[in-house]
Amino acid sequence: MTTFQLNNRPVEIKSSESSPLLWVIRDELGLTGTKFGCGIGMCGACTVHVDGRATRSCITPVGAVAGASVTTIEGLHPEGRHPLQLAWLELQVPQCGYCQPGMIMQAATLLKDFPDPSDDNINAVMGGSLCRCMTYVRIRNAIKLAGSRIREGSHA
Amino acid sequence: MPRPAHRRGELGVWSRRDFLILALESGVALGFASSGLALAQPPHGTSAKPGDPATLFEPTIWYSVAGDGTVVVHVARAEMGQHVGTALARIVAEELEADWRKVTIEMVDSDSKWGLMITGGSWSVWQGFPVLSRAGAAGRIALIEEGAKLLGVTPQECTAEQGVVRSGTSGITYGEIVLRGNLSRTYTAGQLDTIPIKSPAARRLIGRVTPALDIPAKIDGRAIYGIDAAVPGMIFARPKIPPTRYGCKVLSIDDSAARRLPGYIQSLALDDPTGVAPAFVMVYADNFAVANRAADVVRVDWATGDAINTSEADIQKRAGEMIANPQGGARPVDDPGIEAAFASAKRTLERTYTTSTVMHFALEPVNALAFEREGIFEIHTGSQFQTLAVTLLAKALGRPEDKIILRTYLLGGGFGRRLCEDYAVVAALAAKAVGKPVKTVFTRADDMRFDCPRSPSTQLMRMAWDSDGKINAMEHHAAAGWPTACIAPALLSKDPKGVLFDSFSISGADHWYTVGAQRVRALRNDLAERTFLPGYLRSVSPGWANWALESFMDEAARESGEDPAVFRLRLLDGAGRNAGSSPNSVGGARRQARVLSRLIEKSGWGTPTPIDTGVGIATTFGQERDMPTWVACAARVRVDRRSGGVIAEKLTFVIDAGTIIDPGGAEAQVQGGALWGLSMALHEGTEFSRGQPKATNLDSYPLLRMGNVPEIDIEFLPSTEVPVGLGEPATTPVAPAIANAIFAATGARCRDLPIRPQAVLQALSVRS
Repeated sequence: MTTFQLNNRPVEIKSSESSPLLWVIRDELGLTGTKFGCGIGMCGACTVHVDGRATRSCITPVGAVAGASVTTIEGLHPEGRHPLQLAWLELQVPQCGYCQPGMIMQAATLLKDFPDPSDDNINAVMGGSLCRCMTYVRIRNAIKLAGSRIREGSHA
Repeated sequence: MPRPAHRRGELGVWSRRDFLILALESGVALGFASSGLALAQPPHGTSAKPGDPATLFEPTIWYSVAGDGTVVVHVARAEMGQHVGTALARIVAEELEADWRKVTIEMVDSDSKWGLMITGGSWSVWQGFPVLSRAGAAGRIALIEEGAKLLGVTPQECTAEQGVVRSGTSGITYGEIVLRGNLSRTYTAGQLDTIPIKSPAARRLIGRVTPALDIPAKIDGRAIYGIDAAVPGMIFARPKIPPTRYGCKVLSIDDSAARRLPGYIQSLALDDPTGVAPAFVMVYADNFAVANRAADVVRVDWATGDAINTSEADIQKRAGEMIANPQGGARPVDDPGIEAAFASAKRTLERTYTTSTVMHFALEPVNALAFEREGIFEIHTGSQFQTLAVTLLAKALGRPEDKIILRTYLLGGGFGRRLCEDYAVVAALAAKAVGKPVKTVFTRADDMRFDCPRSPSTQLMRMAWDSDGKINAMEHHAAAGWPTACIAPALLSKDPKGVLFDSFSISGADHWYTVGAQRVRALRNDLAERTFLPGYLRSVSPGWANWALESFMDEAARESGEDPAVFRLRLLDGAGRNAGSSPNSVGGARRQARVLSRLIEKSGWGTPTPIDTGVGIATTFGQERDMPTWVACAARVRVDRRSGGVIAEKLTFVIDAGTIIDPGGAEAQVQGGALWGLSMALHEGTEFSRGQPKATNLDSYPLLRMGNVPEIDIEFLPSTEVPVGLGEPATTPVAPAIANAIFAATGARCRDLPIRPQAVLQALSVRS
């Protein structure tokens, strides 16, 4: 039986170790904010954090996260007010919204690695995340806005 | 040569608005229970009871006002990223004089009382505006009348603002009026029609940026899409898609490998009475992960349909043959004098343009949860065309339409995919077959193979100049699979001679340029339709008709020795049938000329560009003549002559969409639409091979990504005209603007979409 931390809470998994983490999170643990898009790790809709790193949960067997700390969009911030989430609201980023949890999770690790990201940084790190509504212009602006708020320490 | 006489309204016979009217008239054919669009409604039974806190004032079906002042707007349109609920609620609230902070939206389930439930065509705001404005105004009038009584004054002494009826220094809130008053007023359709609405200058909400009501839940994982629907006791299923869309038969199913997987239940062949999803096999399991894995190892032997031998090249060859044959097809525009003009022409130009198959790739693969509860079959899914879904499901399930309900969910992308309700049929049959709740989820590859893609198209353009160098005739022939013929054949249009055609396969060709005698011919590619189910994909035919038209106008300008902008402006003279008409196309071609002029002014057109960099322009009227959104686009590209790679550096738009309800939402739709256009110009596209799309996932289907996004400059011209659509129009000019820019940069002309590096190299080699 696989155990790990999900959004800072211990969970025990009944599904087999080879089950994709995505479906364990969605179907067994009932958190549906993490989305299924391509199933081959190329769209980013299923992105979660495993020990703080952006990870494609659709191609990660749950057995591989045994003992790890997994964070989903529901656990990114206790009130859903991470600086990225606030910037997403302020700039009205989502259209259909389906990719946005994965997009925000990916962007959160981007800002950890590049607190003041250049356009090239954003293109490189976010290039694996697909928005079919093509909200890319606002995503880029919101990442920069959140980055500047974090740097100023004004997001608290 | 005298211009041929044009009767006004001639082109109106095949507008997309007719689609709605036809939909209404063909209600019986589709089995609609409703008698109309429910844009107005009969007197409503619910009226407020004084003193009852649970009481609601519901003067029309479109909204209610509660005793605490909350206004709930009922949204019968799909929320798929356009924030349609917010836009429609703003329209109601504007006239109702509601307090926006107390306005909420409710996405309603299918019910015949909502009339035709369809979300597409960039129609929602255009269609909703007059109806919901008057519905809101009706409520305000009733609230003022009752509020005046409670205040002891006459209605004429009262005004309403922000949910309060005021007279002098006294006032009473809408909530109090609902609680204390006796609101029994309801309105008939006829009464609603006569209610005046505000002048543009008096508006308080429309035209101002508004946070969309659906966004907060989309940033923290709370938003619930069809794929998130759940019910206790449900099992999961994944389909096995047959090798061809039609003509397959299941011969045998071997699930021996699947039976070793814990949680696997069974595999069953579906019997589909509707014919939209023949020869499906469903693989059932306790959870989706197992159903997914099991489906990979279940072996099905199918007898395959003829399309197993059909490729994209065959489909395009068939299109070419149809175009070459002067007989056949519909001629929605067919002016006299065409043959004579070409016969006596001093000069002619003829060009052929093609587009490849394009997939919807909505990020949420199609899915639905289905089960029977208390005699009602419930389908939980995101849908753009609930009315059609209910009709199809009735046939699939063998039960009356009033025993079927579609529960409404957010759509993880629509783009026209969810106008075709085949996936709901699969899910319903999957549940019926095992007699318990079943959640059917398609994987990405399943979704791609079962998609109703944008048909490949072939178009022939011809133009004739007389001896004075004046354009006196133009032809536009387009061959493609027809979505409406396959999805809702009752809604086909008729050309002036009564020949049926799909307006969604030719709209865009009926342009606003004055070019003398015109012929527009729509050809139904039968081989395409035997191979796959052609669907509606964002901007539908204007997405390919304008590819040909606006590329051709550039080529024609150069043939004329004119600047492409000046050439277009000269032809957008607003003469004859291009004058426009009230209310939707006031100003006609002159409004198109105005957006183009403004674009030229601001985009640096005509100024020198660096080497291998060029600017191209295109202009369109959005989706249809009867609801024109005037669009002009300039694309600046840089071409790498060694690799053939094209980098889009900047897209500039000038748009006249009439009244803008929400500038922020409007900008978002244009950004998204523009990038869809760019994606289809340079990246997207696949081909049919052995009856199936070659690309089935992102490893083989390229889409525009973050790093491909150019600078985008969007300007809306101020207008108080009728609000028209914005979901699709920005998609339409991008591909030709890009091709025209590549030509401006290099002299190489690309006539096939998508324009991949190899095609650019080829075009460069032809030139050199």
